[in-house]
Amino acid sequence: MKYVGWLAIIPFIGMFLGPVCHNAVTPFLLGMPFLLGWTVIWVLLTAAIMALVYRLDPHRRGDDVEDAP
Amino acid sequence: MIVALILIGLSAAGALAIGIQARSGHEMGLEQWTVGGRGFGQALVFLLLAGEIYTTFSFLGASGYAYGLGAPAYYILAYGTLAYIVSYFMLPPVWRYARRHGLVSQPDFFAHKYGSQALGVLVALVGVVALVPYLVLQFTGLGIIVQAASYGAIPKAVSVIIGAAVVTLYVVISGVRGSAWTSIVKDALIILVAVFIGLYLPIHFYGGITPMFAAVAAAKPNFLAFAATGKSVSWFVSTVMLTALGFFMWPHSFGACYTARDANVFRKNAILLPLYQLVLLFVFFVGFTASLVVPGLKGAATNMALLKICVAAFPPWVVGIIGAAGVLTALVPGSLIMMCAATLFSRNFLAVMRPGQSDAETVRLAKYLVPVIAVIGAYFAISGSSTIVALLLMGYSFVTQLFPALVCSLLRRNPVTAPGAFAGICVGVGTVIYFTLENQTIGKLAPGAPEFVRDLNIGTVALLLNFVVMVAVSAVTARALAAAGSAAE
Repeated sequence: MKYVGWLAIIPFIGMFLGPVCHNAVTPFLLGMPFLLGWTVIWVLLTAAIMALVYRLDPHRRGDDVEDAP
Repeated sequence: MIVALILIGLSAAGALAIGIQARSGHEMGLEQWTVGGRGFGQALVFLLLAGEIYTTFSFLGASGYAYGLGAPAYYILAYGTLAYIVSYFMLPPVWRYARRHGLVSQPDFFAHKYGSQALGVLVALVGVVALVPYLVLQFTGLGIIVQAASYGAIPKAVSVIIGAAVVTLYVVISGVRGSAWTSIVKDALIILVAVFIGLYLPIHFYGGITPMFAAVAAAKPNFLAFAATGKSVSWFVSTVMLTALGFFMWPHSFGACYTARDANVFRKNAILLPLYQLVLLFVFFVGFTASLVVPGLKGAATNMALLKICVAAFPPWVVGIIGAAGVLTALVPGSLIMMCAATLFSRNFLAVMRPGQSDAETVRLAKYLVPVIAVIGAYFAISGSSTIVALLLMGYSFVTQLFPALVCSLLRRNPVTAPGAFAGICVGVGTVIYFTLENQTIGKLAPGAPEFVRDLNIGTVALLLNFVVMVAVSAVTARALAAAGSAAE
């Protein structure tokens, strides 16, 4: 799972796609104006994606503690 | 009015007490004062980094920006989220390198990585320059809170001076441990206050959040989407990119990462912090509600939006609690910023200029510098007339110029040379200074350019020039160094 880090690009694309493709007030998302709702959805998805990246990350184990002087 | 001021005074006194409490049992040497002896676990590092989310900027700045401009405020929610993704990959190697070499500041990192004292000094100066508007915005916020809580009885200049004096006192006695512990109180209080007023005000005035937005959309049809020119989608994308990359280039955030006990702290934080900052939504709700309920504030006065609607809607003791939360949001980050600017100047500028300066002298000099920095910050806060968000964006334009050289230094084979990094940062910062002082925009420089180019944040343009110069100078100097190396053989 060496390339799992590339998943982290998805939120960058997602966050910008809404305003670029549909710069409008309606339809409301989650009871908020479209772009605000879109941003909130991507904040939630980002946390989920980063949790997945963390779970699959090979760097996570071991490399940090033994580096201590 | 008296009730509100008493509550605010109590919160400042409480913060000072926590600061004194936190330092007990720890000898305040350079490493202890600035990086807490590198012994902070998940929770404290989380709080120290999360503390960056809830500053005066997010509390008064975000609500004011939503009030004054509408949709452009959304950028605040977007950039933090993306910044934590960057931190997931960037901070662990930075932390590991800093720990191995016993570094305590951001310029240390650049100087050590590139083997160049001069680069360290440049990075320190860029850091200090960028921190000034950040500090000014915290003082501006403090001034507004004192002013609003006294219902106008205490004028702006006096309010700012009171705020600056409290922060200065706090820094001198507390250090980074005090800031981390006060962060707990601050974040708890600010979350409670933000969620409460963010739900109460729209429900009280419009019967709910969706009806409130519907009312805003009806009253101001284009307010909740991006404009076609100016603060357009292009402005949004470039500003979010600039600020997401720059987020951990702030010398105090960069330095805060040295406090961690291990590197996994940052990876876990990257999952939690995006959720943690969602509380900003409630601050937006307040700003949008205020835009209909208390209209008429313009320019820098939009900073007052949140407090103005609270004064209109709540009794003085509630205003006092809101003000107390606001004071803490300025006090903790303000103290970190001042401590950081003082340490940078003392350790990475003065100590380089006068070799042989001991660590004890460095700490002493840094503590003498704190009041000097406070006076500078207070002066600009009293004389300036910018919105809080504009001040922060100016700071970001500066610090993000450090990003290209930093990221390249993390590569296994760094193609960038010290002169390349130096030249790139100079060009980037020079570009920002030119655009800021001349009040220029791309739109004015190149009126014929397509709209999406005209609206780019100038910081991103500077970043591009910075990168090009860095690569070009690196290529030339690397060849010269190689030639000198082979000639010597």
